[in-house]
Amino acid sequence: MDAVNIENLGKEYGSLKALSKVSMTIDEGAFFALLGPNGAGKSTLINILAGLTRATSGKAAVLGYDVRRQWRKSRYKLGVVPQELAYDPFFTVREMLTLQSGYFGLGAENRPWLDELIAALGLEDKVDSTMNHLSGGMKRRVLIAQALVHRPPVVILDEPTAGVDVALRRQLWEFIRALNREGHTIILTTHYLEEAESMCEQIAILDRGRVVALAPKDELLSRYSWRHLRLQLTPESAVVLPSTLEQKKEAAPQGELLLRLHREQDHIGEVLAALDQAGVKFSDLRIHEPGLTEVYTELTEADNHV
Amino acid sequence: MFNLYGLYILFAREVWRFLKVSIQTILTPVITVLLYLLIFSSIISRSREMLPGVNYLTFLIPGLMVMAMLQNAFANSSSSLFQSRLNGNVIFMLLAPISDFELYLAFVGAAVVRGVLVGLGVWAAACFFSWVPIRHPFYALVLALFCCGSLGSLGLVAAIIADKWDHISAFQNFVIVPFSFLSGVFFSISDLPLFWQQASFYNPFFYFVDGFRYTCLGVSEVSVFTSLSVGAGFFALSSFWALWLLHKGYNLRS
Repeated sequence: MDAVNIENLGKEYGSLKALSKVSMTIDEGAFFALLGPNGAGKSTLINILAGLTRATSGKAAVLGYDVRRQWRKSRYKLGVVPQELAYDPFFTVREMLTLQSGYFGLGAENRPWLDELIAALGLEDKVDSTMNHLSGGMKRRVLIAQALVHRPPVVILDEPTAGVDVALRRQLWEFIRALNREGHTIILTTHYLEEAESMCEQIAILDRGRVVALAPKDELLSRYSWRHLRLQLTPESAVVLPSTLEQKKEAAPQGELLLRLHREQDHIGEVLAALDQAGVKFSDLRIHEPGLTEVYTELTEADNHV
Repeated sequence: MFNLYGLYILFAREVWRFLKVSIQTILTPVITVLLYLLIFSSIISRSREMLPGVNYLTFLIPGLMVMAMLQNAFANSSSSLFQSRLNGNVIFMLLAPISDFELYLAFVGAAVVRGVLVGLGVWAAACFFSWVPIRHPFYALVLALFCCGSLGSLGLVAAIIADKWDHISAFQNFVIVPFSFLSGVFFSISDLPLFWQQASFYNPFFYFVDGFRYTCLGVSEVSVFTSLSVGAGFFALSSFWALWLLHKGYNLRS
């Protein structure tokens, strides 16, 4: 069973195409990142899954339940942590969690789970406060708790770490990773690509409403075949390169040399030997392996160069 | 499948919300209505007979009860839903497995509870001035349900359509208030010039006021069954409007 199955999903707002022909499946138990620039359609996609937005065409299902036709069942399976720090000003944290759990038909029997969530997210001291007395980080935790009141097997987090300090961010990631270990499917959007790279196994990149990449992380990373070699030159170093190396030169800022090397074709030992032969002397050397940032930039900016 | 418990909790949330601010939602409207009572009953002779055997003060009280119910039922659903929309926390109920109809029932149910509470508050306070019996409690309850249910539904409509608080208050001040003032709360429509007398028959609030006066005092200008029928029709119409907007997802589910 797929956690999420999306087929040819389209969403138009008048003449604006927010999503066009988006298809993807997300495996149960996956740790999935949905990336893309602002306005790429990530939130639209999430909102369609959550039933907050209705697709113009195509279909989407959560654990096999169509989000339109079987909306009630699909909503029981899904927990959504919204991007905006929205909250109900009338109620305390515990009241909000109790109400939310009640909307899902869960009464007093769910209280131990709510207590567990409160403890796991470090909210014990805040349960009797209303949300306007909480810091941004605390609000974020409450939103996560609120999304989990009904123990949804699929959890969507829309930029869970936006505006969150480093310490809390680490705690949140640990919490989310633990959820994933317990079997929850995690789908998240983030603008912190390093986070997506270190946490997620599956990555989809959206750009202007279309899927521009959808692959396991390792496969995606290997698509970018260049790495960079940066040399700190000594004053007595030669600056003129033989033509074979000149081709690989990307930049030569003051006292430095930056070479762009192909991962498979350029053997690092040979390159260094050639440099030595040409009289290039250096005091320091750094190799920059490509990451998600490079892949992402290449994919989402490809059309912009035209 | 019907999410009965979810509906109950959403209803409870709505009631709980206005009870948390009960000075504003219950006490203030009761006091306001008492002021009307003081002012109008002191400038108009109490002994004046409005309907056979009914002096002005006694005539006024059922109408004021209805006016308070109307305005508070509307205020409850409109301000609650609109504030949730503005804050963004409306999504928490939209994410839940609660249908449009369940959402409608919860909000309108809470509007009825608030309307009836305020109505009872007005009645209890007014009885210090002049004892007003409720001769037909069953009809009174049914009319209160139609009246608060209609206005609760219109409150939902206003909260869904509005883009800013300005729109809610425009709806309140240019529709609800004029229609309730012109519904014969303060006067008997037979005292009006013919044109306005005729016009009053097109004002649904008139039937709520007149019907409710019958349930209290046993006398009215039109038959109570006419009032009950018009009330039921208006309730059905406003409910249909609210449910249709919810079904369309207008301004709620883009």
